[in-house]
Parts: sequence; structure tokens; C-alpha cells
Amino acid sequence: MAAAPFAEIRNYAMNFGPQHPAAHGVLRLVLELDGEVIQKADPHIGLLHRGTEKLAESKPFNQSIGYMDRLDYVSMMCSEHAYVLAIERLLGITPPERAQWIRVMFDEITRILNHLLWLGSHGLDIGAMTVFLLCFKQREELMDVYEAVSGTRMHATYYRPGGVYRDLPDTMPKYQASKWRPAKEAARMNAARAGTMLDFIQAFTEAFPAAIEDYETLLTDNRIWKQRTVNIGVVSPERALQLGFSGPMLRGSGVAWDLRKKQPYEVYDRVAFDVPLGVNGDCYDRYLVRIEEMRQSNHIIRQCVEWLRAHPGPVMVDDRKVRPPRRERMKEDMESLIHHFKFFTEGYEVPSGETYAAVEAPKGEFGIYLLSDGANKPYRLKCRAPGFAHLAALEEMVCGHMLADVVAVIGTQDIVFGEIDR
Amino acid sequence: MSERIEALAGKVEAQLGGRVRRAAALSAELAYETDTQALLEVCRTLRDGEGLKFEMLMDLAGVDYLHYGRDDWQTQGATRSGFSRARFAQEARPDPQEAGRFAVVYNLLSVSHNQRLRLTVKCPDTAEPVVDSVVDIWASANWFEREAFDLFGILFRGHPDLRRILTDYGFIGHPFRKDFPLVGDVEVQYDPEKQRVVYQPVSITPRVLVPKVIRHDHRYEPALRDGEGPR
Repeated sequence: MAAAPFAEIRNYAMNFGPQHPAAHGVLRLVLELDGEVIQKADPHIGLLHRGTEKLAESKPFNQSIGYMDRLDYVSMMCSEHAYVLAIERLLGITPPERAQWIRVMFDEITRILNHLLWLGSHGLDIGAMTVFLLCFKQREELMDVYEAVSGTRMHATYYRPGGVYRDLPDTMPKYQASKWRPAKEAARMNAARAGTMLDFIQAFTEAFPAAIEDYETLLTDNRIWKQRTVNIGVVSPERALQLGFSGPMLRGSGVAWDLRKKQPYEVYDRVAFDVPLGVNGDCYDRYLVRIEEMRQSNHIIRQCVEWLRAHPGPVMVDDRKVRPPRRERMKEDMESLIHHFKFFTEGYEVPSGETYAAVEAPKGEFGIYLLSDGANKPYRLKCRAPGFAHLAALEEMVCGHMLADVVAVIGTQDIVFGEIDR
Repeated sequence: MSERIEALAGKVEAQLGGRVRRAAALSAELAYETDTQALLEVCRTLRDGEGLKFEMLMDLAGVDYLHYGRDDWQTQGATRSGFSRARFAQEARPDPQEAGRFAVVYNLLSVSHNQRLRLTVKCPDTAEPVVDSVVDIWASANWFEREAFDLFGILFRGHPDLRRILTDYGFIGHPFRKDFPLVGDVEVQYDPEKQRVVYQPVSITPRVLVPKVIRHDHRYEPALRDGEGPR
């Protein structure tokens, strides 16, 4: 019996995730493969859907700030920022100047935090282990800044409508000597923490450019890194606009668009920085864009530190409707006590109307569409997550690539499921 | 700022004439309403029109106006009767057949002219809200429309792949509708006998921790604030 001349080959469906370490959380991706080449990719999302927007509709405005941290849990304060901006626009209030500078500083600290995690995990996904460890070393210092200012390392709830929760602290928390950490070691670790928080941040900004050099030494001219990223996931500028891309994904394709420059909020029009652009729109260009963004953020933080040192002042608007009374007054003033109680239970009413407030979050445009009917709770809150639009374009970006490139594309999109699933 | 807004409004109204109506918005924003019949034409003009060039659909949000402007707590006339307990929001249910319960809000961005615009379209049919899909105009609408369908049950005519996106496989109902309870209808549990996860009705009772309050206080009277009235 003669053997069939050709074997019958069929496309083959494969399930990627939701527990895959390179799926950056809970992405379930149904892939259709021809050999090792992707024919179709269907992302199934929603495994982390918590109904944040609906929850926010059932709570007074201030109680949902914490939810915003938990959307994009790698760039916490930027999501808060869009939410408080939306409330402020409807209320018609403007935070004091110092609060605006603090917000800009923390937005940029957040950008560095986000890009460090992105760089570390992107590197890890496509085979560069060392970068991950180096990135986390720097991240830890910025996490300490978060903790010093808000009390928590990640979910800060630091921005409030009308300003920020409190002024920057005068001291940094210090390491204690213990059985495992000798006094000499603790003293070495505390060396940068002797002064105020601004001193600590300044020391960080002075050391950080050298750290970026280290990452670049490991990756930028690395042969393997280039093989894995150059010409992978190319997006033309026209398609990037059609697909609703924003942030480094858009700039990587060469579209000069940055909300901080084009539609400046807070004091972004008073700080000097450059916006890096890519040329080819591939993973490698987006990598270069993000690396340069870290340098620019570092530059902005330094300008903020300088300004904040020279200009003490209030950090919360003096509007009794949106700020709680002072703690000392509550002890002897009945009205303040009542105000405090009403403020934290019922909250404040926001005039009816609708607004769309967007900030340049590390991943792209994070927007809040807020609709108020004049109540103490939002009537409708819609979070526009940059990652949602990016992931929607995953199929277009990976089709025709090899299976291993899916991981590189997911990495370059900087996917975080907290914001995509909401 | 407002000159730019007015200049843009002039261009929009010159090109779209009677097909859009200017909606109330904050002074730095521009909002329009349109009808379902005119939607596709309006969107196409907004994307391609001279001086408009809204090449990006940044966001698409479904809205359910069922409980709009209704509070949970009767604070009026309370001096005679005493404060009532908070009612559940679900009890205050206006006529569901009321026109325009569902709306779709498009937030557009023009990168070339650095301008934003918000377009709202109300679905006239409340029982089966249908809007034309704008996927052919902005590719980013694909998932945004799937999300609005999933959460609000708004149908998009002409959408290539209108599946649920955020809720569970086999989910029943549209959770972001105002008459869908916050705690949901079902909960899941592992059943050791059947050796699988089973669905059962929720065991927690819904509570209102903080009632929704709308104060008719002079501070909130729209007439006394600078021209930013309610819709």
C-alpha cells in the first residue's frame, strides 16, 4: 500500500494562560497556530473583573479613591490623579500650588516605579533575569517614599479632591539594627535617610541615572535582546491612532503625543522635559522610549524637589466642603466634630454634570468619565484604561509572528489586569 | 480656552448642522448629542471633517439613566416626621419604558488639532437598546462596544463579534444596569460531592451603607453657580 504523499496538517488551538507566568496576571489567550506561527489570537479577559465602576457608584466620592490604586496596581497614584481631577473639575476647585507640585512629583515617581517593573518583567519574560533583580532594588527605594508619605507601600490613597492628604514628612523611616542586621549595616542603609524625604528623593535622583546606564548596558546592544524585540509587533502610526493607542505605545510608533505637553494639567507646563519618540514602532523602539522616559521623569522629579524645598505652603484647598476639619479643632469644637462625622459618612455633593479627565499615566492615557447627578455618589464612573485598548490590538500585533513573540508583545504592551478588567 | 472651544463648536455646527445638538458641559469641554439614525454619518464627519479630525476614539461608555436624580433618603420635610431610614435604590424605580434610559457616550480626541469632544447618543428603545456600531470608523470601538454590550445590554448593529467580554462564561444579566443588584444574583462555591464549582443564589442581603443624598441647598443650585447647569 502506497503511503499518502502528504500528511494532513491542521491548525491547532492552544490555550495560553490564565496561569501562565508571562501572561502578566490573568490573561487567557486562545491561540490558533499553524506550526509555530500565530494565525489567530483571542484574548479572554475579565478574570480579574471586580466591578470597580459599579462599586464606586455605591459609595461617596472620597471612599473610591482607594479603588483607583487597585486598578492599575503598578502605577497607583496616576489612576488616583485622574479620578480626583474629574471630581475637582465638577466641583470647580483648584488645589494649591504646592499640592500640584507634589502631585507632579509623585506622578513621575510612579512612572519610574511602573517602568522599572515593566522593564524587569519584560526582561524576565524574554530571558534576561538580571535586569529584574536590578530594577527591584531601585523600586524598593521609591516604595519607601510611597510609604513615608502615605503609610502604605502601594495603595496610597494619597491624592484627595482639593490637594493631597498631607504634606511631605520631615523624616524618613529608618532601618533598625537586629539579630540579622548588625548596627553597622543598619547605619549604612540609613545613611541616605538622615534628612527629610526631599533629601532622600534627591539622593535617589542623583544615583538613578547610573542605574539606568546599568540596565542599558545589559540590554540595549545585547544581541539576544535585539533578536527578540527588533521588528516584533510593528504598529504603524495610522494604525496606532485607529486602535486607540496612547502613551509609549503611541510614541513608539512615532506619534508626538503626550498629554503632559499637549494638554498640561497641574504644573506640567512649568517643568522642563523632553518626549522621546520611536521610529519603527516595534518592541525595541518602545523599549527605548520607556528607558528615556525614566530619565526624563528623573529630571522632572529633581525640578519638583527644588521647587518644593523653596516653597512651603498649604497642600489642601481651604474649602470646608471638601476637606475634613483640623484634628485639634475637633477636640473642642462641636461643629467641627459634626462636620468630621458628616464628611466621612455622607461625604459631599458634587454638582450635576459630566466630565472626562485624562492624565498621562505610565501606560498611556488613563481617563475618568464622571457623570454626577448632584448626589454624594458618582452616578456613573467609567475608567478608560490604556491597557484595554492595547490588549484589544494584541491579535493584530501577533498575527504572523511566532509563538514565542506573543510573550514579547504582551510584555511590550505593559499589560496589567487590574486596569483592564476593572 | 473657551475661544478654542467656541471655534471648534463653530466648525462642528457648520459641518453637521441640525444633526447634532450642543449639550451642557463644563467651560473647558465640548459636548454634543445626536440621534441613533444620524450617528454613523456624524461620526464619519467628526473623524474626517476639515478642522475636526477626531482620529481617535479614546473611550466609549454606556450609561443607564434609570435612577438619575433620585436619592435614597428623604431629607425634605423631615422636621415633622423624623428622618426615614434609607430606602434601597432599587425601590425607586421609575417607568422602565421611559425613553432614553440608555445612552452611549463617545469621548473623542484629535491628535492633529489637539482637541477633545464628547458625543452622546440616547437609545430610543429601552426594551432593546440598539445603536449602530462605529467599529468601521474607529477600530478601537471593538472592545469598548463589547464591554458596553456586556455590562449594559446595549446592542451594536454591525459589530463583527459582539460577545461578552468582562463577565464570566455563561453569565446572565447585565451587571451595570441600575436595577442589577450590587451584590449580584449568584455566588459560586466548591461542591465536594459533585467535585466542581457550583452556582447558587447569593446568601448576603443587600445593604445601603451610605444613602445617596441630593441636597437642594443654595450651594448646589445650578442657577447660582456660573452657568454650569444640569443636563
